[in-house]
Amino acid sequence: MIPLSWYLILAGALFCIGVYGVLARKSAIGILMSIELMVNAAIINLVAFWRYGDPNNVSGQAFAVIVYAVAAALASVGLALIISIYRRRSTVVAEDINLLKW
Amino acid sequence: MTAMQILFLGVGIAAVLSAMLVVTVRNLIHAALWLVVTLFSVAITFVLLDAGFLATVQVVLYIGAIAILIIFGIMLTRRVMMSDVGPQVNASWWLGALLSILLFATVTWVVLQMDWPSLPTTDLSMTLNELGHSLVDPDKYVLPFELASIMLIVALIGAIAIAWPGKESQ
Amino acid sequence: MMPQFDVGNIGAYLYELIGWSLSLLGIQASMITFIQKLVGGLVLVNFVLLTPIFTIWLERKFLARFQDRLGPNRVGPYGLFQSFADVVKLITKEDITPAGADKVVYNIGPVLSVVSVIGIWTVIPFASTMVGANINVGILYSVAIGALGTLAIMMGGWSSNNKYALLGAFRTAAQLVSYEVPLIVALLVPTMLAGSMGMNDIVEAQSVWFIISAPIAALVFLVASIAEVGRTPFDLLEAESEIVAGFHIEYSGMKFGLWMLGEFAHAFTISALTAVLFLGGWRGPLVDQFPILGIFYFLAKTYFVYLFTLWIRVTLPRIRIDQMNDLNWKFLVPLSLAMLVMMSVVYKAVPSGVSEAIRSLVLFSANLALIVASLGLLARASRKLQVAEQVNIDMSRARAPANLSALQILLLALGAVAFLAIFVIATQLVLGLTT
Repeated sequence: MIPLSWYLILAGALFCIGVYGVLARKSAIGILMSIELMVNAAIINLVAFWRYGDPNNVSGQAFAVIVYAVAAALASVGLALIISIYRRRSTVVAEDINLLKW
Repeated sequence: MTAMQILFLGVGIAAVLSAMLVVTVRNLIHAALWLVVTLFSVAITFVLLDAGFLATVQVVLYIGAIAILIIFGIMLTRRVMMSDVGPQVNASWWLGALLSILLFATVTWVVLQMDWPSLPTTDLSMTLNELGHSLVDPDKYVLPFELASIMLIVALIGAIAIAWPGKESQ
Repeated sequence: MMPQFDVGNIGAYLYELIGWSLSLLGIQASMITFIQKLVGGLVLVNFVLLTPIFTIWLERKFLARFQDRLGPNRVGPYGLFQSFADVVKLITKEDITPAGADKVVYNIGPVLSVVSVIGIWTVIPFASTMVGANINVGILYSVAIGALGTLAIMMGGWSSNNKYALLGAFRTAAQLVSYEVPLIVALLVPTMLAGSMGMNDIVEAQSVWFIISAPIAALVFLVASIAEVGRTPFDLLEAESEIVAGFHIEYSGMKFGLWMLGEFAHAFTISALTAVLFLGGWRGPLVDQFPILGIFYFLAKTYFVYLFTLWIRVTLPRIRIDQMNDLNWKFLVPLSLAMLVMMSVVYKAVPSGVSEAIRSLVLFSANLALIVASLGLLARASRKLQVAEQVNIDMSRARAPANLSALQILLLALGAVAFLAIFVIATQLVLGLTT
């Protein structure tokens, strides 16, 4: 029997690795991949609490389904933005996209 | 150590290791492929949590669509077919590493302090039917469901409008 | 205790026999289950990998007879050993890895393609008691594992360090991902008719075959699956005469053989899926007393659908990539969505006490009405196209590319919201009438 804390620590580890990726990666697509890691960590949390809390109440899984839809929309719009920026500036390095910086 | 615990440890270590490779490898395509391994490990975790439907949705959506989209994005935004030269991290990566380690330590400490409930033994055979009903029941979650579909249509139109070639590419 | 020999249920008997003989050796219970499942998995994988040997010969003979020639007839009686000769040739070829290729990804690509096909066979029921894993999300699982094949093709195309292979992989991935949309929508129809996503439940719910209740769904599923596999008429991805000869230019020897094996096995797999979902799977006369007969009915239906796809392959010419995109987004997707809405409304409108035969007849006539309506729309559109071509061919080329203005986007969004609101109200009304 797997204790709930193991799932939460796994989700926490994935989330923190995602945080490191967002803060440290140069390429915008690398940052997007790290964001997907963080969303996955959140979904693991949701499903673990659904299973160990009250499995008869399916709101945990319903919430997870909605999160999947949001993640799909996030990835598609993010990549469209990255491709559009690449067309203009020929770079996807996040630090070089600094026209609005003061 | 029961068999399930060994399986969970194996899957968990695979997920964490491949996630670390995602954020550290230099070649972006390799990072995307390690992301696929991570997503598959997360799907196996869902199977261990008795959420088989979410496991298959994870594979279809994340691996079958989002990962392929990310690989497309990487291939379309490369200058020539050379691997990326230079370091893949920016100058303040040590600060990011420090922050994430601190965050992980805090979360783990808090989680280990608390007293979590044990696994409830309920009959989970009708979960899929109930999930379907709850997503279209007016007393439950039909509103988030419809709003999510509207949001997907908006994202679809928006992504096409943003990435449209326009007048520059003649 | 020795298990009973029951001629009708040989699979279960062999399973128990393995377990009993292992328990005689003193192995503990969980290990016995593991070994039993391992043996079952090995049998299944061998079946999937050895079947293309026969179906490749069948395909070459069948196509040859359609084209008024003989086909392979030298290697063995009636050319039966031709596949073995091909395999020996592929194995003895030089295994070239292109310079600058990414070795690990290059080697994993064909393997992942074959693995994704074998994985689908886990959920396909051979008989009422013979199924690898009777999960209740079988349909979604088969789509999910099929999506891994798309990833494998992209890996193969990118790692070849060849611009043409990369372009071919792009086009392939675009086609495969596009055709997943009508595939999944068409898969919703047997789910709705059977009330479950599990394959065994769907077969058990087919007292009247689903191809009668939902012919449009069967056709859309078959067409989308043929496009997913990449067979003619959709084989622009890997045809030898295309300029970008596809994602597997740089593969030679047995790795190329693995790509081909994956494609033939996938074609057989979608025939099996069509047979299970729409033609009644293992159902037939006398299966209740002798479950073993289910395998023969299932294989007969699978081979029938496979020969049907071969017939399509040998008859139709290859379509171009823009025709393929138009076919998907302008025809299959609206048709499948309209079919889904129509099927669900008609299914709920039929009162629940009615027998299955009458219900499927009503559904069949509704499908027929939709076919007639869509053919009429297509005829009208093609007539308009012919008129436009006759009048003005050059003017259409100089038209400026369409850009969606902000007002158009707003109107589209409002239209979407209005459609959703009307749809929700309509379904609530229908559900309220026939709870």
